[in-house]
Amino acid sequence: MNVSGKDMTMSRRGFLGSLFKGAACIAAATSLPRLAFAAWNEKAFKAETLEGALSSKYPGLEIVDSTAIKLKAPAIAENGAVVPVSVKTNLPDVKTISLFVEKNPSPLAVTFHLTPLNVADVSIRIRMGETSNLIAVVESGGKLHRVQQEVKVTIGGCGG
Amino acid sequence: MKIKAKVKKDITKVKMLIKHPMETGRRKDQDGNVIPGLYITEVSASHNGQPVFHAEVGQAVSKDPYMAFSFKGGVSGDKISITWIDSSGATETGEAAIK
Amino acid sequence: MGLVKLTLKIKSGLILAGLLALSGIASADAGNKAGLDYKAMVQQDVRDFQDYFKKRFSQVEFSEYKNGVYAIDAASREQWLEMEDFPPYEFAVDDGEALFETPFANGKSYADCFANGGESIRQNYPYFDSKKGEVITLELAINNCREANGEKPLAYKNGALAVLSAYMASTSTGNVFAVSVPDEAAYQAYSEGKEFFYSKRGQLNFSCADCHMRVAGQKLRADITSPALGHPTGFPVYRAKWEEMGTLHRRYAGCNKNIRAKPLPAQGRAYRNLEYFQSVMSQGLEVNGPSSRK
Repeated sequence: MNVSGKDMTMSRRGFLGSLFKGAACIAAATSLPRLAFAAWNEKAFKAETLEGALSSKYPGLEIVDSTAIKLKAPAIAENGAVVPVSVKTNLPDVKTISLFVEKNPSPLAVTFHLTPLNVADVSIRIRMGETSNLIAVVESGGKLHRVQQEVKVTIGGCGG
Repeated sequence: MKIKAKVKKDITKVKMLIKHPMETGRRKDQDGNVIPGLYITEVSASHNGQPVFHAEVGQAVSKDPYMAFSFKGGVSGDKISITWIDSSGATETGEAAIK
Repeated sequence: MGLVKLTLKIKSGLILAGLLALSGIASADAGNKAGLDYKAMVQQDVRDFQDYFKKRFSQVEFSEYKNGVYAIDAASREQWLEMEDFPPYEFAVDDGEALFETPFANGKSYADCFANGGESIRQNYPYFDSKKGEVITLELAINNCREANGEKPLAYKNGALAVLSAYMASTSTGNVFAVSVPDEAAYQAYSEGKEFFYSKRGQLNFSCADCHMRVAGQKLRADITSPALGHPTGFPVYRAKWEEMGTLHRRYAGCNKNIRAKPLPAQGRAYRNLEYFQSVMSQGLEVNGPSSRK
């Protein structure tokens, strides 16, 4: 989390801010309440290209196209500000599921971390700035399994 | 925030709607000034004290974020607790019982 | 009025022409209503209007018109259903409820102004107030209530008034609209609304009927226009474009701007009469506000 320039006073805000610094908190996670599960990957969220976001989020992982993932998103979005997306898969041992919008200024939209208790079935509403490929990757078995779909985003005719 | 949690055949589906402006930091107001970014960065949920969900959230998530996830082993009456934190360090926790 | 210049490309054009002609009759005979059966005339209008849509969209169940364009377009309906899973207006309803239950400075509250404490009454609006000689919409009534109790009126397009309206609509879900036109003065207001609906306006020279009857269900640039039948039933709406709740009159103003016509004041006479006409035409449909739209 970017805390530069902010005056972090001794408070809940300051305490929580320190929770998210660095990967070391993963080790600390088991002893802390819920929140500090994994750091917010600033580099990945700030990356401006799809490749940059993928390599920041998942450095070194092999990517394969998959037919075992069901990505549900509209072919033509009603409104680019609220695009409903869901990802479902029966791939085993899913660690994370991430969504990337290729043409967004910052392509990485969200990363879901799943536990062995989860069923790999997640939904979210995202923003898409323009017609773009929507890419879902599922991290399973040490690989990234990918599926993608184009979502058209139009500028409506009947504004008002 | 609002939470709806329902169990069916051992799978609990949890849906949440969080009230948050999710300002990307790219919008300008009517006078041309940039509205500062303010967006949720993490959301996590627990069931009976066990973590069952965690999301790293970016600026591409819509205003008033909606998210849904599912997990095994919940029963009617169990408590789901959801917490979010945003880029300013503000945080909120909500709770609901599984129906 | 230029109504006869409309080119009608669909079979039910005859009905549309009939409705347009009726509209002409209404304003011509404004001064001579003695002995006319207003209720019967209005019922004929309702029948003709609803039959037009029943023929045009023969697969659509009548009650579905409360869902606007989602009744007639499968692709957008699917996305709308995803949103309905946890609709964005739920926060607005809660905010509206909180406002509704907050007493005024003088100790009275909204419940004191409305029948049944303001619950389950959305379908009774708008109505023609014979004493005042004007159409009263729910949103106008909310501000009348505020002013009668020493409070400042709220802005009519969004914000507090929209969420209050959303809350009141939510307590009325499922109630059926049966807005009546009981006498000559009401019929005059109804006719003005009807004339507005069928009159061309703006640089683009469209009438409400052009987009929402004649080409309803077809694409206007990137949008599919909704059927006029049932228009008021789902309001106020959470529009994705607005990212907040907005009222029917806000939408009227926006539509008028789109066709490069001067938007008229929210809750002014013209829009209230238009809402009156549209609500009468929605006879038999359920209250479905608040709802979400793109």
